[in-house]
Amino acid sequence: MLNNKRQGKLAAVAVMAATALAITSCGSSEPSKPAADGGSASAAAEPVTITVHTFGGGENFGYDEAVKKWNAEHPNIQVKYQNLTDRFEDVYLPQLLQKLQAGSGTADIVGIDEGAMGLMKARPQFFADLGQYGLESRKADFPAAKWENGLNKDGKLFALGTDIGGMTMCYRKDLFEKAGLPGDREEVGKLWPDWNAFMEVGKKFQAANPGKGDPKFLDGPNTLYNVVLSQEGPKNGNIAYFDTNNQLVIDKNPAVKTAFDTVKSFSEAGLTAKLASFTPEWNAAIKKGGFATMGCPAWMLGVVSGAAGDENKGKWDVAAVPGGAGNWGGSYLAVPAQSKHPKEAAEVLNYLTGKEGHVLAFQEAAAFPSSLPAQQDPAVADLKNEFFNDAPTGQIFGASVKDLLPLFLGEKHAQVKTAAEKVLEGMDKGSIPYGEAWTKFVEAGTKAAG
Amino acid sequence: MTLNVDTPAPARPEGPRRASGHRSSGRGGNGLARFDLRATPYFLVSPYFLLFAVFGLFPLVYTAWVSLHDWELAGDKTFLGLDNYAELIADEAFWNAVVNTLGIFVISTIPQLVLALMLANALNKRIRGRLFFRLGILLPLVTSVVAVAVVFTQLYGRDYGMINWFLGLFGVEAIEWQNQSWTAWIAISTMIDWRWTGYNAIILLAAMQTIPKDLYEAASLDGASPRRQFWQITVPMLRPTLVFVVFVSTIGGLTLFAEPVMFEGNPTMAGGATGQYQTVAMFIVKEAFRDFDMGYASAAAWMLFALILVGILINYSFTRRIGGKK
Repeated sequence: MLNNKRQGKLAAVAVMAATALAITSCGSSEPSKPAADGGSASAAAEPVTITVHTFGGGENFGYDEAVKKWNAEHPNIQVKYQNLTDRFEDVYLPQLLQKLQAGSGTADIVGIDEGAMGLMKARPQFFADLGQYGLESRKADFPAAKWENGLNKDGKLFALGTDIGGMTMCYRKDLFEKAGLPGDREEVGKLWPDWNAFMEVGKKFQAANPGKGDPKFLDGPNTLYNVVLSQEGPKNGNIAYFDTNNQLVIDKNPAVKTAFDTVKSFSEAGLTAKLASFTPEWNAAIKKGGFATMGCPAWMLGVVSGAAGDENKGKWDVAAVPGGAGNWGGSYLAVPAQSKHPKEAAEVLNYLTGKEGHVLAFQEAAAFPSSLPAQQDPAVADLKNEFFNDAPTGQIFGASVKDLLPLFLGEKHAQVKTAAEKVLEGMDKGSIPYGEAWTKFVEAGTKAAG
Repeated sequence: MTLNVDTPAPARPEGPRRASGHRSSGRGGNGLARFDLRATPYFLVSPYFLLFAVFGLFPLVYTAWVSLHDWELAGDKTFLGLDNYAELIADEAFWNAVVNTLGIFVISTIPQLVLALMLANALNKRIRGRLFFRLGILLPLVTSVVAVAVVFTQLYGRDYGMINWFLGLFGVEAIEWQNQSWTAWIAISTMIDWRWTGYNAIILLAAMQTIPKDLYEAASLDGASPRRQFWQITVPMLRPTLVFVVFVSTIGGLTLFAEPVMFEGNPTMAGGATGQYQTVAMFIVKEAFRDFDMGYASAAAWMLFALILVGILINYSFTRRIGGKK
């Protein structure tokens, strides 16, 4: 961030210069990169440090324990793990792209959200071919769709899956009971078989909390929108904003319209706290009980427990989601071609996306494994989440990801998603009238795709 | 300025060793001395021009080159010619950013400069604790822009902000300051003014102190009131400084970036759901590093450059006239 208005121009010019130099320099250095440098002999002689960068709120990827274990067992390959930011599309992704383009600065292993996988697939030159290090053998460990999303446009394996979203509804048990609603997760799940029923529960909840400072039923537009989109997408050709030919269909895909209309109806009914997700205000409201429900893919549990803090243990709980199964999010790990130790990085990546890494991450951050052996492991299947009132999250998410088909996401999915959700936020907050919101929504998405 | 950039380059490699080879021609050390006399000044000023070439001129030219392409960050590049500029001129979002930038500029800079002038005049008088006040008005400048913006953004908070609390005492409904253009502009302008009014006041004060005292004495003897002295002597004598202050404010105002970004609270660079307070600088960053369209962003950067030139020309023609109707 520029820290001086007067120097703004100068700094901007300097940044441009740096970028420009980076752009020119990368053209020449690219071809020589893929060759692994440092043979296995020299690698064994002195310890190699492998850096891992991820993103995400709260407990994010949950690799603290897994990394500790690896480092204790592998004195020759030490892993340094760092979570860079809680914002993916507008902080992590641009920085990653700039570093990839510059040819230096990325970690040896980088986390990538599913939303940007289309973008990365189209840029095979930036990533190491994991097949070269024998990771093709992992194919049987993953659901077909998760595996195929890790292949680039040339058909080479460049990324392996970490977690998978699944879908549930997080709710504040204490606020529900205060509003005269049931608190038990089985009963809560039965309250809302579909979104209409969810709306009725919401109205009841809001009627019991009419005051200005009282909690709202929902957090805001983003989580609800993504949940509904992930449920409707599979019913409409398994796509979101782009069809499988990478043509924008934001205005034609009924799944998008349904998700939009659902958000609109909840917003119009005054059930949202008008908070955009992954903002400081949103985090504060999770902690202070500013709202009672939000859509929760598995990884969101780690975000909630991280934001709410230990003092709120037991206040949040997890119930079935209205409207059935869906997948929102889930990530991948890849090794950039610029890594100096691609072989060792591939080994670490293999471990983190292997059964053990998956299980440890699930225990730490509730990120549900995409790895099939890990899903069947009793440590996952029988795990209860202490923070969420000992909810049997292994069982709940295991059921929700069965037969799951992750959506096809186009190359510019991340950009379109950001732009379109911005309009939802504006509509919810009142700066865009409800009547004009759909047109604005399509316009913003179309512009971001262009 | 740019014309001078090339001159130091040929002067440098002509070291003394080369020159010594030609000395046999008879004129002896005279040639070397004369060469030294002519080349050294260029050599001494060259570091600035070299740095300027690397960090100023090269990016400028390179940005122009990028702006002629469909240049995706870490992606494909195709030559487009002037298509980016054509698209930009037809782009509502860009003009929206221009209007926001100009709007914030006008409602922040004009009160700021008037206030700075008044403050400087007051501090130029004999008052108790003059040094204290002079330092005091400069104090906001040492705080970081981000800190200022964070604090002000909290003051303007919808639910728990002090300003809404204060307005609430008079029965005003809680305002969501980010939600509308004009409220956002006001909020951002106050951040700018809080930080920069004192800075401009100090510069004007320094200029005021160079005005010869005998002018005021003569005016007093002729019976001119202090007010008349201010408008007829102080302001006209300040003209060169005012021109400088206005130029710097124009450049700063039109490249406004940190305050609105912090005011938004998240780094999407959108300046609100419908871009209510997205400035041109934010627009450029958004295009380049959120939508990964470097070519389009570069074109917007050049448009901003042109805009600043126009802005400065307009302001120059205004300030030139100050006190000029004698």
